[in-house]
This record gives sequence, structure tokens and C-alpha cells, in this order.
Amino acid sequence: MAYSYVDILATAIVAIGFILMNYLTVWLLAPKNPLQGEKLETYECGELPFDDALVNFNIRYYVFALTFFVFDMEAIFLYPWAVVFNALGLAALLEMFSFLLVLAVGLFYAYKKGVLHWV
Amino acid sequence: MVALWNNLPHLVQIWLLGLGKGSLILVWCLANFAFAMVLERKVSAWMQNRVGPWRSGLHGWLQAIPDLLKLFVKEYIEPRNVDRPLFILAPLVGFLSAVLIWLIVPIGPGGTAMNLDIGIIFIAAITGYDVIAIFMAGWGSNNKYSLLGAMRGAAQMISYEVTLVMSIIGVVMMVGSLRLSDIVEAQVNRGFFGWFLLPQIIGFGVFIIASLAELNRAPFDLSEAESELVSGYHTEYSGFRWAVFALTEYIHLVGWSSIAATLFLGGWSGPNLPQVLQGLGNILNGLGAFTNVAGDAVSNAAVSIGFMNTGMWAWAVGFIWFALKTYLFVFLAMWIRWTLPRVRIDQLMDLGWKFLLPVSLFNIFLTGVLRFVAVNYNGLPVSLGSFTLRLLGLWAN
Repeated sequence: MAYSYVDILATAIVAIGFILMNYLTVWLLAPKNPLQGEKLETYECGELPFDDALVNFNIRYYVFALTFFVFDMEAIFLYPWAVVFNALGLAALLEMFSFLLVLAVGLFYAYKKGVLHWV
Repeated sequence: MVALWNNLPHLVQIWLLGLGKGSLILVWCLANFAFAMVLERKVSAWMQNRVGPWRSGLHGWLQAIPDLLKLFVKEYIEPRNVDRPLFILAPLVGFLSAVLIWLIVPIGPGGTAMNLDIGIIFIAAITGYDVIAIFMAGWGSNNKYSLLGAMRGAAQMISYEVTLVMSIIGVVMMVGSLRLSDIVEAQVNRGFFGWFLLPQIIGFGVFIIASLAELNRAPFDLSEAESELVSGYHTEYSGFRWAVFALTEYIHLVGWSSIAATLFLGGWSGPNLPQVLQGLGNILNGLGAFTNVAGDAVSNAAVSIGFMNTGMWAWAVGFIWFALKTYLFVFLAMWIRWTLPRVRIDQLMDLGWKFLLPVSLFNIFLTGVLRFVAVNYNGLPVSLGSFTLRLLGLWAN
């Protein structure tokens, strides 16, 4: 039987439906008393929060995200090769190894430049 | 009933089947959650020389039910300055990514809800959603602890996702398929010593470490480090919405364990009772050297229950082996969690990028060379594991 991707959507609907059903139960059963003192303040271990938490990111995330992107793309190239490389023979093997080598050199360069260091 | 089913339009049939599978998966996930959560508390109690949950059910094994009932009547507090859409959506996204993994796991012979031919890429894609969920929760909470936890979590999970994906490539190269049921079949054909645990021992080690980091479990639970960040990205969540995060954590744990069992420990494959008895009879008979009454009796018993080799019995045995192997990994994760202290974030990132990623690249290189030699020069002793086994005469293939 040919499969389809309906299962993914159907399972997602069931899972979300289960959670929403439980939210409904909670809404029906749980007490609601939000206006008690400082209950709705952001939790900061008893102190009142003194500033907004949503600040700019450190630029370091950018470098990590870029490196992640490079290697995830590499993985996408590697998977089709990994599936069929037995049939492709020596040429494909060497080509992929040269590709791996380029990336390994890139990783080594990033390492030496210190961008992989988390301060 | 059958006639009624056949009269339905094809689209309706597909959707009803899908919803049925989804419901079964949800029930299975919840059962696993209830068991794994109590197991975690039992294991931690055992390791810390405490009693642990003991009141509800036999020796406290039904603890999940009173916990759930309690959470139903807890007030749900939503702080004043949260980013409301993100705050509300985050638990749902996380839960979805935990449940959807179960769609492609083969839980018995032919027992996959959805036999996707891109199974492993599906896993990688679904894992990506989990990062989004953690980040949505942390950013939406508008809390400094949550934001720090979410930033750490995102950095950690994208770093280890690369490693994780790279460590599985070795297995894919051995099998030549991304379909999880094909991977299990290949391991069935290779036999016990051919399970990818030994031939892919480097990939296995990397996979276990990376999946612990991916699950945000100790010693890599930096995004919810309770001694530094209260409870990280779900500090602001309370009541049932917090419970959804707990559900997600344990369903994810069991899901990843099942994938580890499928990839490296042969999934549902394992000996059934007739095969065990047959082997026992052979041993009692001295492998045919001194046939005796006891050995013959055991061998005959194996023949008489030969019906267990087929049909529903085979499925049940496969399922039991699958569950055992899955919970072996679940227990391993708990053991590590309650034994090792938490690492620092810079140590964690160093481990991922500077050690595990080069090692997994080397694993791809090694597997490629060895597979190439094995396929093109058949008969040469190729990998270290198979070489040893050939030396001992245990494997000729």
C-alpha cells in the first residue's frame, strides 16, 4: 500500500487535540484568582524584576549558527551519498572525502581562529 | 463493518487510518511517560539510597496518575509581561516534536506506523522543532533565567544536532537505506555480532553523548540548570502547561532511546523462546558430542512450541525485545543523570565542536574506506570487530 504523509498531520492533530482537551479540563477545574498582590510579576527569586529580559543577543550566536548551517548542509549532501555509495565506486568515495577534507580544514580554521570558543 | 469501510471514499479511509494511528501513538506515548517518570524517580531514589514514591499503586508505580490529577486543579498563572502567542504555543510545539518521532520507529516486525523511506532525515527534521520550542518558551517568558536557559539550549542543541546527524551516517552507509525498518532487517541478517553496536562503536559512542545533549538531560541539562537558572526555559510555566514540558521530556527520552535501540542494538530482533530452548538443548547435548535425555527433552520442547516462531507470537516477541532494548537505554540515561555532575557551557560546546564533530567525521571516513574494501575485495577481514570474530571463527560472512 502506498503511504502518504497524512499520518504526520493526523498525529499532529491528535496530539494537539489531546493537549487542548486537557487545557479545557484545567480551565473547568482549576481555581482562577489572578489579581492577588504581585502574583503576575515575572519570577526573579523574590525580587521585583528591574528590567525587561528581552535584550540583544551576543554576536557569538551568529558564528555558531553559521557553522551549524554549514555542517547541516553538509549532512544533507552526505545522506544521499551514504545511501548509494556502494554502487558508485571509488570515484564517488574520493570525491566525498575531498569534500569532507575541505570541511574539516574549515573546522580546523574556525578552531584556530577561536570562534568555537565559548566565553 | 467491512462493507461499510470499503464504501468510504479513499480520502476518508486514509484520514481515519491516520487518526487511528495517531491515537494509538498518543496512548503509547502517555503509557511510556507514566512508566518512565516513575522509573526515573525510583532509579534516583535507589541511587541516592532513598525510598522514592511508594504510596499510590503497588510500590508507588501508579504515581503518575495522582500527579496528573493534581496538575489538573492547579491554578495556571500567566505573568503580566509575557509574549503571549509564543508563551502559549511553546509547549505545544515541543510536545508535537516528541510525539511525531514515534511515527517511524519500528516497534515490531512490520510494526511501523509510517514506513518512511527518509526515516532518518525525518528524525533530524523533527529534532529541529524542539530547538524552536525551547527558544519560544524562553523568549516568550520574558524572564532573564528563561532567556539564558533558552539561549544555552539553542546553542547546545544546534551544536549537537550536527554531531548526531553525522554519527548516524555510518549506520546508513552500512545499510544503504534511510528507512528504519530496513536498518533493523539488515541487523537481523547480520546476526547478533553484526548489530551496529560493534561495527559502528565510534558512531554509537558519539550518538549516545550527542543524544543526551539533544535531550537536555544531565550532565548536559544546561538549559534548565536548577542550581543556576531556577529551572531555565520553563521557569514561568505552571500547572498543566508545565506538565506538557514534563510529558515532552520523558516522551523524548523514550523516543530517542528507541531510536538508539533501532540503530545500534538491532531494534526488535532477538531470539524467541523456541530458539533459546533449541540453543539450550544443543548445549546440554554438548553440541552433539554426548547426546543425553535432558538435552533431547529440551530440544523436543523447542520443537513442540515451534508455533511461536510465526504470526502474532513473533510480533509479540519482537515487541518485547524492542521494549527491553529501549528501556536499557532509558536506564542508561537515568544512570548517567544521577551519577555525573553537570558540565559547564564552554566545556559542553568544546566537547561538541572540537571533539565529537571531528570524531564523527573520522567515523564517516573510516566506515567509507572499510565498506569500500569490504564490498570490492570480498573476503578480506575488514573492520576490527569482524576481524576479531573471524579470527575466533564466530563469524564467516
